[in-house]
Amino acid sequence: MVRIIAFLAGLVFVAALVVAMLIPRQPAVENTAHHFHIEPAKMAFASDGPLGRFDRAQLQRGFQVYKEVCSACHSLRHVAFRDLTDLGFTGPEVKAIANQWAIEVPSVNPDTGEPATRKAIPADMFPSPYANEVAARAANNNALPPDLSLITKAREGHAEYVHSLLTGYREPPANLPAEARPGPGLHYNPVYANLNIAMPPPLVAEGQVSYADGTKPTVEQMSQDVAAFLIWTAEPKLENRKRTGVAVIIFLLFATTLAYFAYQNIWAEKKGKLRKG
Amino acid sequence: MSFPWAAHYAPKNAFTQWIDQRLPLPRLVYNAVGAGYPVPRNLNYFWNFGVLAGAALGLQIITGIVLAMHYAANGMVAFDSVEHIMRDVNSGWLLRYAHANGASFFFIVVYMHIGRGLFYGSYKAPREMVWLLGVVIFLLMMATAFMGYVLPWGQMSFWGAQVITGFFSAIPLVGEPIREWLLGGYAPDNAALNRFFSLHYLLPFVIAGVIILHIWALHIPGSNNPTGVDVKGPQDTVPFHPYYTAKDGFGLGVFLIAFSLFVFFMPNALGHPDNYIPANPLSTPAHIVPEWYFLPFYAILKSFTVNFLWIPAKLWGVMAMFGSILLLFVLPWLDTSPVRSSNYRPLYKWFFWVLVLDVLLLGYLGQAPAEEPYVRLSQLSAAYYFAHFLIILPIVSKIEKPKPLPMSISASVLHGEAQEAAPFGAGGEGVIAGDSTPPRAS
Repeated sequence: MVRIIAFLAGLVFVAALVVAMLIPRQPAVENTAHHFHIEPAKMAFASDGPLGRFDRAQLQRGFQVYKEVCSACHSLRHVAFRDLTDLGFTGPEVKAIANQWAIEVPSVNPDTGEPATRKAIPADMFPSPYANEVAARAANNNALPPDLSLITKAREGHAEYVHSLLTGYREPPANLPAEARPGPGLHYNPVYANLNIAMPPPLVAEGQVSYADGTKPTVEQMSQDVAAFLIWTAEPKLENRKRTGVAVIIFLLFATTLAYFAYQNIWAEKKGKLRKG
Repeated sequence: MSFPWAAHYAPKNAFTQWIDQRLPLPRLVYNAVGAGYPVPRNLNYFWNFGVLAGAALGLQIITGIVLAMHYAANGMVAFDSVEHIMRDVNSGWLLRYAHANGASFFFIVVYMHIGRGLFYGSYKAPREMVWLLGVVIFLLMMATAFMGYVLPWGQMSFWGAQVITGFFSAIPLVGEPIREWLLGGYAPDNAALNRFFSLHYLLPFVIAGVIILHIWALHIPGSNNPTGVDVKGPQDTVPFHPYYTAKDGFGLGVFLIAFSLFVFFMPNALGHPDNYIPANPLSTPAHIVPEWYFLPFYAILKSFTVNFLWIPAKLWGVMAMFGSILLLFVLPWLDTSPVRSSNYRPLYKWFFWVLVLDVLLLGYLGQAPAEEPYVRLSQLSAAYYFAHFLIILPIVSKIEKPKPLPMSISASVLHGEAQEAAPFGAGGEGVIAGDSTPPRAS
């Protein structure tokens, strides 16, 4: 009885699918713009690989790029000023960075109770350059500059994508179809999925940032440094994770080997040459 | 049930005797997983996955309870609370990555466990109840995993919830009101998030309860084995402790190594980058996909594209997706072959491997875009899935000519472990090198 009902149900489902398979399809519309998209270039970072560690000098340079170029439009709301000690800054240096940060933190006027701002302290998260989403869009041609704390984890190409995007701006090729050309307020960048991005090229000239450690601030160098910095902002505990992982795997290999020999020892008389039946 | 030759629990010292007279819990453990529970001696590594599933559940409960101490289930702060766990909570990154990857590993282990059941006929009499309870556990796991994925309140969390709860609106007449009642609103929002958190905390303990019933139901007839032949005497079994506690300990070590490779070195490999973007009801992601363990069912859902027999395509998809899991409930009555193990069922075995390939293909198609040739391919694959269980299996079990079975478990073992699938009397009486023990009478 069950079998008959199941058989009929099976026939009905299969019939529905066969009908769906046989229905003719409308011809697919070719997405010509797709051909112009470029995959992010492969890029090695110091933190890559099971034994990867951050290059703190690079992280400090990347932070400087964020501070002097990106923080004008992009927030970093999951990172606190006190986290910067991870980069090698001392306590007093971090206090100074927070105090001298161009954007102030929202607060309340203690006398009148009206909204006010105050200088940041290390306990604060990085403040957003805009009061709210409406203000952000109004200042950026209705585009919303995303928060950068997690950007390398939130994009499929990870840090390589961020680096390629920053260096990917170029003139649109002559054979680009009209509908894929950048409209007003958009900029051609074939690394971006839709080819045209609202962000104007942020790193345009060598020397835009002058590095304290003397490294040559080419566009390529600055974009690598800020991408490495953004790997850190997305996952400050990366080094702990990999270090712990190596120790855990070594321990587990040892313990599993012991467990294996214990298992073989216990089964010896039931299996193999010593078998007694 | 115990086999008559099972060892008996006999506490030796005064303390254990005192406990045994008042609350015989050590006796229960001894009889369930100790020296008092005989198990077939020829189990292969596919029998390790049950214990690994239990270990995965334990891992999820422990990491989950600690995460719940730091997570906030309000739409305004949920995403931020998860980042707080990752950055500021001591070892929070480890808890989060262990819990997220633990869910994936729980499903890997359970799929292997179900595959073992399908291949070796563990769902057949007298173990139908074990199988039915197992399918219940699988459904509870899927509900728990779905609700857990919503909690970080990322883009995929929100839109996945939107898609899944949208299924209810496919039900004619009452669907939309039911959907709004379940969600507590018109779309996933704070109300849905809060209740998902409550149920996500509850269901794992319901799963634990059903697992107790699952193991209890198993221990009545005892475990199946790779030959599918019943246990006939003490030479066919070994006590669970120490033989299978040792083997399971080794298996656990291998599992933990594989798990640790993901948690520590590729913790986001099985996830989707879009879930690191805070949920935005006004911005639909380019491709909405569930986690990998739901992809075959997602492919089945998407493959129903035409209205058929006055039922809209959306409702077909929903019915097929649920049907694809619910049909597992009737499997013991669809497959009527008295032979359990596929090692002795050549025709069924062939179809089993086609099913495995089909499910893997459906998994790939689940995340493929809704374009040709993927749509036709997923329609074909979904058609095979239903045909396999509902049409092919009943026919195969009637017309198949199985190979002869071994006389007993110990006979198949003594005739060569590497050939334990080799049937008695069909060229399988090989002698292992160096073993000159004459075969025992079984």
